[in-house]
Order: sequence, then structure tokens, then C-alpha cells
Amino acid sequence: MSFHEEEVLGKAYDARLMRRLLGYLRPYRLWVAVALLALMADALLQLTPPYLVGIAIDRYISVKDLNGLRGIAALYLAVLVGAFSLEYAQTYMMQMMGQRIMFDMRMQIYRHLQRLDLAFYDRNPVGRLMTRVTTDVDVINDLFTSGVVAAFGDMFMLAGIMGRLLWMDWRLALITFSVLPLIVGVAQWFRRNVRDSYRKVRTWIARINAFLNEHINGMPTVQLFRREAFNFARFDDINARHRDANVDQIFYYAVFYPAIEFVSAIASALIIWYGGGFVLRGSLTLGSLVAFLLYSGRFFRPISDMSEKFNTLQAAMASSERIFQLLDTPVAIQSPNLEPRALSLEPRVPGREPRAPGHIVFDDVSFAYAAEPVLRNVSFDVRPGERVGIVGATGAGKSTLISLLLRFYDVTGGRILIDGIDSRRMDLRELRSLFGLVLQDVHLFSGTIAGNIRLGNEAIDDARVLQAARAVHADQFIEKLPGGYGAPVAERGATLSVGQKQLLSFARALAFDPRVLILDEATSSVDTETELLIRDALRVLMAGRTTLAIAHRLSTIQDMDKILVFHKGKLREAGSHQELLGLRGIYYKLFQLQYKAANSPVGANR
Amino acid sequence: MKVTPVRRLLPYMSRYRREFLLGFACLVISPALFAVVPRVLQFAIDDLSRGVTRAKLAEYSGLLLLIAAVGGYFRYQMRRIIISASRGFEYDLRNDFFAHLERLPLAYFQANRTGDLMSRATNDLSAVRMMVGPAVMYLANTVVTAVVSLSLMFALDPRLTLIALIPLPLVSIAVRLFGTAIHKTFEQVQERLAAMSAVVQESLTGVRVVRAYGQESAEIERFRASNEDYLSHNRRLTRLQGAFFPTMSMLLGVSALLALWLGSRRVVSGRITVGQFVAFNAYLAQLAWPMIAFGWVTNLMERGMASWKRMLEVMDTEPSVKDEPGALSPEPLALSLAPLTQSPTRGAIEFRDLTFAFGEQVVLSHVSFAIPAGETLAIVGGTGSGKTTLVNLLPRLHNPPRGTVFIDGRDVRDIPLAELRAAIGFVPQEPFLFSDTLADNIAFGVPALKVRRPLAISAAAEIAQLDKDVADFPNGYDTMVGERGITLSGGQKQRAAIARAVVIDPRILVLDDALSAVDTYTEEEILARLRGVMRERTSIIISHRISTVRDADQIIVLDNGRLVEHGKHQELIVRGGVYAELYKKQLLEEELAAS
Repeated sequence: MSFHEEEVLGKAYDARLMRRLLGYLRPYRLWVAVALLALMADALLQLTPPYLVGIAIDRYISVKDLNGLRGIAALYLAVLVGAFSLEYAQTYMMQMMGQRIMFDMRMQIYRHLQRLDLAFYDRNPVGRLMTRVTTDVDVINDLFTSGVVAAFGDMFMLAGIMGRLLWMDWRLALITFSVLPLIVGVAQWFRRNVRDSYRKVRTWIARINAFLNEHINGMPTVQLFRREAFNFARFDDINARHRDANVDQIFYYAVFYPAIEFVSAIASALIIWYGGGFVLRGSLTLGSLVAFLLYSGRFFRPISDMSEKFNTLQAAMASSERIFQLLDTPVAIQSPNLEPRALSLEPRVPGREPRAPGHIVFDDVSFAYAAEPVLRNVSFDVRPGERVGIVGATGAGKSTLISLLLRFYDVTGGRILIDGIDSRRMDLRELRSLFGLVLQDVHLFSGTIAGNIRLGNEAIDDARVLQAARAVHADQFIEKLPGGYGAPVAERGATLSVGQKQLLSFARALAFDPRVLILDEATSSVDTETELLIRDALRVLMAGRTTLAIAHRLSTIQDMDKILVFHKGKLREAGSHQELLGLRGIYYKLFQLQYKAANSPVGANR
Repeated sequence: MKVTPVRRLLPYMSRYRREFLLGFACLVISPALFAVVPRVLQFAIDDLSRGVTRAKLAEYSGLLLLIAAVGGYFRYQMRRIIISASRGFEYDLRNDFFAHLERLPLAYFQANRTGDLMSRATNDLSAVRMMVGPAVMYLANTVVTAVVSLSLMFALDPRLTLIALIPLPLVSIAVRLFGTAIHKTFEQVQERLAAMSAVVQESLTGVRVVRAYGQESAEIERFRASNEDYLSHNRRLTRLQGAFFPTMSMLLGVSALLALWLGSRRVVSGRITVGQFVAFNAYLAQLAWPMIAFGWVTNLMERGMASWKRMLEVMDTEPSVKDEPGALSPEPLALSLAPLTQSPTRGAIEFRDLTFAFGEQVVLSHVSFAIPAGETLAIVGGTGSGKTTLVNLLPRLHNPPRGTVFIDGRDVRDIPLAELRAAIGFVPQEPFLFSDTLADNIAFGVPALKVRRPLAISAAAEIAQLDKDVADFPNGYDTMVGERGITLSGGQKQRAAIARAVVIDPRILVLDDALSAVDTYTEEEILARLRGVMRERTSIIISHRISTVRDADQIIVLDNGRLVEHGKHQELIVRGGVYAELYKKQLLEEELAAS
């Protein structure tokens, strides 16, 4: 898929992105506040154990007061339980909030995807869009789960420890703090180098992925040209560079942890040297000294944690940038009276609405796709109830007509009128609800048979589903399925035959009872029996409906009211079958071609 | 008796025996050194309560620094050596994995999805490395630290040790239990994620249907349900993960509490000193991380083994197409540095009553024909008639049954693959180009040509009529063709593939519908030039166009895996069969295109 693109890392921290990300917290303000309070309270509690040990030494052990010790122990236990509850509450809330935000974000992305126009889908492979909805959102979630948020929380602890140390003995505290610049220096050094080496590692792993992807796909070619050894050498090279980049990176990690420990040891040494001096002079108690030593151990954790979580932060920034980019893609095609209605949840009740007659006029319509002209100055009209066939060679622009009619794309010249109104000025839902689309490549959704007939429209009840299926003879095979109408449909309808899928899509169109039927006739061959069923079903489907049919087999449209012949983006001939044959033009030749082809098993695909 | 998967790891690990041994030596030294620290604290504190000179304090401070420096150095070496070795291990294993993929036949790649194979070469490999590197390292570290710290604690106060340690095994057990539960829940969560991805994919691929039927809101609801399902499974995971660290701190805290409570009593009763009490607490703190690591390590091991088995599934697949034991003049897969101009092959081809099936599905039945060396055979037939499968059998992309396909009278099954494929220039139906320069793609079969005889590349391009296009490219033959050649047009790709096949100077040339994306005029040109090249070669041309096949020495028509017509162009026209129909139809088409 898109291995290259996904590996690119941007800035680790971008204030603009961060502000926008924080915006997602707004609905959970209360949660945030409570979680932060719990975080702080927890940090305070975590501070107490060393203090308690100090007190135990100074006040009770030195005077052999066992009762006092019991009290300290009880307090210690209380602190443990309190810290446990607070920490649990805090992490749970943080992570749940993360989950909720991910949920919101996914819904937002998905809603936006449902509004973006078809041209957007042409530009963006489905795999990439899926990555936005799934992986990219998960990467942002890592901010919550992998403890970046918690690491921010540790900063409270850091502040708490500093305050505590200053309060116990400000001189020794300042001496202890003197190692802080060192630790910040080490952390900076680590962060800078790890970022660079992490980038190198990512680059090489992306190269490995790309190489594998390409060479697994092209393996037959590799083998045909006996390139195995040569390619192995190339793979070996990339693989070795990846290893070396990793080994470079290990160096920084290997230095980092001992370095932090060493700085921490410097702090301990300073505490013993100076603090010991204070104890000897009697200006510091032994217990306080021990507490100091214990605190200094916890002092460095937040800083080293932050450095370690840096990559997560960076990845999250890169993902959020990609997500925001998607969300910021403007919706090119929408209803003129704007949003809420276009996506109103009100299901349309088929057949119960006042119906527009559905008079379609193409008025000097031109369409260019990526500066490539596809249709040129096409004008025709389809009267209510009329049956129109559309024929032409591949690339003549037949399918584009349908896409324009349904406003999957907007015309680049001229206009399309529905009952006298420019289709661009109509509500999208209303416009599309006029049509029933039957595509040659039937798209089925996983779910049940009935679900695939009514799609998501709850207004189509079981009786109607049954009726529609029966009318197009789909009931015969459906009833034989285990589970009948409730039978599960596997991914993309893998278990159904082409003909069965075709009949299902007829039932779907009929259930929606559209004013205008649009057929993109299937090219794939089915057995004769199914073929007869399909033909009969088509008759039922077209009865009393305006029909626009793209035909690949001329036999299906011979008795249509009107046939439009397209050639290289232009409407070249129009009229009835007999009229067109009489012209001895393109249609005539097409007809002859088809007639011949019908007798030849070989040319079926040409 | 099958060798266990663990055993199969040993050869890979033994390559880094030295590194692992050295790393483990460092690993033993550093915990031993750090174990001295609490002792230093002990003496410092006890001395302080008695009153000592500052010189003594300086000594203790210095000792702490020295231990941190030396211990840190060994810790640095440990990580550097062991983890680097694990990267080396990963590198070796990845190479072997790829080398094995290179030996697997076409059918394997048709049966297994690229994504699946890739995930084994990346995610699974990474899990195996985690097992061999970090997991083993932390495991050893845990063991050493535990042994050292525990014995020193026992030396300090055996009773106190036993009591304070009660919660510690619980830590490891808890990590293990949590780990397993988290892992299981995580898998369920992954399933939900996969289900959600499926919803997204289905809806986005069916975007036209969704829009046409105005089902956007229904689709949003469907997604919401899936998203909510994912959320609720995540909630379980969150509950587990959220409880994990607090539970750890709690258990470790209880241990510290026991040490504080009982330890201070023992100080009061004079059994131990304050210094020993502090040292004891310090040892306890040192044990905390190894205990947590231990549970974590067992999880890593479990995942690593599962991934290793998944990798072995691929690596244990015997290639079904390979040099047979009896293959003549066996020659190792060599870097082909020179075009095999001295190829002993003359190029007479015979298919003898060939019947071929993929499993149950018969694709070709009883096909027989012979092509004398230097002649041209054309194959015509509809989609699914078996044309491509037929030519794929020649270079053994699939293995034909023994005794059915012969070159110069030798069964192709008895010819070493390298020799066989060197003799065949193959232009597939959908040419696969690699993201490399055009020159590299043309010289694909003979990489050395690029340096040694660049003129051969342009000569081949000329035959394929690609030279004029190349003149318009910004960097000529050094133009990058982009992933899978996306920067080239369909026709350019096909012509590049023809050049690629011609440049190896093969005895046999196979064109599998290789000119379909090229216009008729260019096609004529290419054919005219190819004819010169083909004169001394045996050629097989698959095409739908009569114009392409009419001049062949023989033409066969395939239908449903059977050879239905066989003869020269004129003969077949006269016969008035399938071929003749096709011919008439194409005449009409030409007329139509002209209108």
C-alpha cells in the first residue's frame, strides 16, 4: 500500500496541530478536570513514602517508639491504597477519554468521507483512506495509552519533589538541583540524536517494505529473468543498511540509561558529601538525609520518560496532520441549500411521496476529466416513461453520462435539467432518489440477503423486500439458501454467482421504486437459464418507468423507444432501431459486429 | 522426528555466539557492581549516626561515582553488544526469508497475499528479534539481579528478607496474568478493528451504490455501530491496562511497607543498624524492575515463538518448481554477467499431449503441437481459454507434467531452471516494471550490460520502438519509471518489456498479448523489426489481433483449454471456423474505428 508516504515524519511538536487536537478534548472538559485533579493528588501521594521513611527514622526508630511506628505503617498502607485508587481512576479516565476522542474523530472522518465527491475517490485509493480512519487515529491514541499524557503528569511529581526538597532543606535541595542542567543536557543530546537516527531507521524500513512489496509482486518476472542472485544482493544491501542504522541508534539508548544513572549517582554523592556534612554538624537529621536519597532516585524518571516518549509524540503529530488534511478537503459537490438536509436521517419511504415526472434534458453538456475531454456538446432529452438505450464502443463516454446524471461529477459545460430545473440547484438526496442504479459490477455488502435489498432503508419492510425479490425471480435462489432472506452474504458476495448477484441488484432497485431506472448492462456471460430469468426480470423492472440503459448487447435494446449512439465523446446518431439501421452508419456497423460476434465463441471479450 | 522450532533458532543465534557470550559477561558484571551501592549507603549512614570525618564521606561519595561509572560502562556494553547482535540476527533471518521467497513458484504468490507475506517478513520478524534480543537480555538481567540482591539481602537479615519478599513473586504472576489477559483482549480488539476496517473498505469501494441510493446516513450508522463495538472492546482492554501499573505499584508498595514495618522493629530491637535498614530498602527497590520485566519477558517470548512459527510456515514450504535431481548440467543461480550468446539451445519446442490442471480445475487438455527451431507459432483464443497458462509452462512458471513439454527434445523438467530461463525471452501480459531507471529495467536480465554495453540497451529499445519515446524523456534511459512503471503509459510499459526480453538475446521469444496497448501502426513497426530479430529464434505470439498473427508459420486456436484449430492463416480462413469469424469481425471493427 502506501508504505512510503506513511513513514514520513514531520515536526515533533506543532503548536497549530496541537491546538486543534486539544479541541477534541472540549466535550470532555469535566473528565479532563477530574483526571488532572486525580493525577495531581496521585503525584502528591507518591511523594509521601520517602517522607514517611524519613520520619520513621528520625522520630521513632531513633527513640525506639514502636507505637509511633505502627501509626506510620498504617499511614503508609493508607497512602498505598489511596495511590492505587487514584492512579487507577486517573489512567482509566485518561484512556477512556482517549477512546472516546478516537471514536469522535473516526465518526468525523467517516462522515466527511461520505460527503466527499467521486473525483476525490478517484484520486485517493481506498487503502489510503482506510489508513486514515484506522491506523492514523490509533497512532494519536498512543498519546493516551503509551503514557505521553502520563509523562506530562510526571512533571507535577517533579515539581512536587522539588518543592518537598526545598521545604526539607533548601541548601541541600539547591545542591541536588545543581545536576539538573546535566540531566537536561543528556536528555537533549539523546533526543536530538535519537530523532535523527530514528528517521534513518524509518527510512530504511520503508525501503525494505517497498522492496519486498515490489519484489513479491514481481517475483515471476524476477525468476524469468534469473535476477534472483542480483536482487538478493540489492536486498542484502538495504537490509544491512537498516541493521547499521539500528546499531547506530542502539548506541544512543545504550549511552542514555547509564548516563542518567550516572548523573543520579552524582546527585547521591553530592547528598552524602554535603548532606552528610550537615548531619555531622547537626543541621540535618539522618531521616531527612535518607529521604533526600530516596527522592533523588525518583527525581530523574519524568525527564528520561519524556525523552523516551518523544517518538510517539512525533508519530502522532504526523498522523494528525494527515487526518486534518483529509478533513480540510472541501466537499466539491453538495446540495445548494447546504448540509443538514442532505444527510438527514429521515429514511425515504419509497412510493409514498409525490413524484416528480422525471423529464431529463441534457443541454449542450460537455465534460472533461483532468483536462481530458470525455463528452462534447451532448444534447438530448428523455421524456417521462420513455425507454432509451445508449450504445457505443468502450471509451465513448456512456458511463460518464450516468455519473453526470447522478451528479457524481459536475458537468464542465452546459447543464442537465430535471423537470426544468438545473440538477445542480436540486437537493442531492432528492435528485438521486429519482434514480435506481443497477451497475454491471454488482456491489454487495456483508450482511444478509434482505439487508442487501433494502440497504439501510428501514422504510422498506420485509413484505416489500419479498415482493421485490419475487417480482425479479430472485426468490427462487434466495429461498434455497440456508436462512433464506436472512442468509449471510460474505464479503463482496463471494458465495453468490454473477447471475444471482445481478438478480439481487434488480430486487434492490425495484424495492426502492425509482422514477427513473438506470441500467449498466452486465457484460459477463451467465448460463442460458439465468439469462432468461434476467431478461424477464428486466421487463418487470422497466415496466412503467423511465429507463436509461447502457447496452453492450444490442439485442436487449432493440425494442427501446429511442437509441442514442455515442462515439468518441459525441452523440452521433439517435432514433429507433429500424431508423438507425436505415442510416447505415455507426449503429449499423455495431449491429453487424454484434451479430457476427454472437456466433463466435472467441471474440466475446473483444 | 521433527526438529522443534526453538532448535531451528539455534543456527541463527550461534552465528553471534561470541557477542552473546560477551554481552552476558557484561550483564553479570553490572548488577554485581550495582549491588554494592546499598552497602555503601549502609556504611555511610551507620558512620554518620556514629559521627565520622568528612574525608570518609568523600570516600563514600567517590565510591558511588566509581560504581556508577564502571557499572554504567558495562551496562552500556551489555546493551550495545546484545541488541546489536539481535539486529544482526534479524538481518540474517530477513535475508534467508527473502532468499526463500525467491525460490517459491508463481502458484505460491497467487495463493498467498502479498500483505501477509510482508507482515511475516516485518512484524513477525520483529517479534522474533524482540524474543532473541531484549527478552533474553532482560531475562538474564532479572535472574542475575535477583540472585545477587537476594543473597545480599539474606546476608543482611534472612527473616526480614523472607517476609518482605512475599509480594514479589506475586508481581511476576500478576504481570503474567495481566499480560495474558491483555493479550487476549488485545486480539479481540484487533478483530473488532479488522471488522471496522472491513466496513470502511466495503462502503468506500461501493461509494457509487451508496450515493446513488442515498444511503450515506445508513452507512454512517453502520460505521457507528462498528465503531461503538470497537470502543466497548477497547473499554475492557483499558480497564485491564489501567489496572496494571497501579497493581504493580501496590504490590511493590506492600513489600516496601513490610520492610519498613518489620525492618524498623528490628532496628529498634537492635538486630540491625539504621544503615542496614536503608540498604535493605534499597535492595528491595533494585528488585522491583526485574520482577516487572520478568512477566513482560514471558509475554515477549510467547509472541516471539508464535511469530517464529508463522515465519517457519513460509520457510518450510518446499518450492514445487526447482531443479530436479536428474537435471543436466546443474549450475548454481549465478549472477548472469554476460548474455548467454553461446546458449546450446536451438529452440525446437514440442508440446506432447499436454493436460494441465490447477488442483481439480483442468485448464489445458490434450494439447499437442511442435515448433521447429526458428519458426513462429501464434496462439489465438478467448479469455480463459488457457493461452497464458500454456506459455507459462515453457519457462516452468508452473511445472508441466513430465513428458509433455520439450525443448530440443529435452523434457523441460530435466533442464536446470537457470539454463532454461536464459534461453527464453518472455514478455508477460501485464508487464511488471520495477521502480528503477528505464535502462535498469531493460537490462533487467543482464544487469552488467548497463556498464559494459550500453548500446545493446538502446538497440533493444529501438527494436521495441521505445527509442523515440525515450528521446522525449527528461533523463533519457536514466529516467525513473516509478513504482510498477506508473509514469509510463500502457504501451510504453509493454514496449519496455519487449526490449527487456530482446536484450538477453534469447533463443526463444514469447509474447503473451504483449502489444495490446500499442496502436496498430506502432504494432506493425515493432513486428517488422522483431521479424528481423526473430528470424533465428523460435517465437510464440499470443494475440487477439489477426494483423499480429497472420504471418506466423502456424496458428493454433484454443477454446476452453482445447486446441480447436491449427494451420496457416489462409488455411484457417478457408476453413471458415472460429478464426475466420474473428477475422471478419476485426475487419468490421477497423472500418468502425475509421468512421
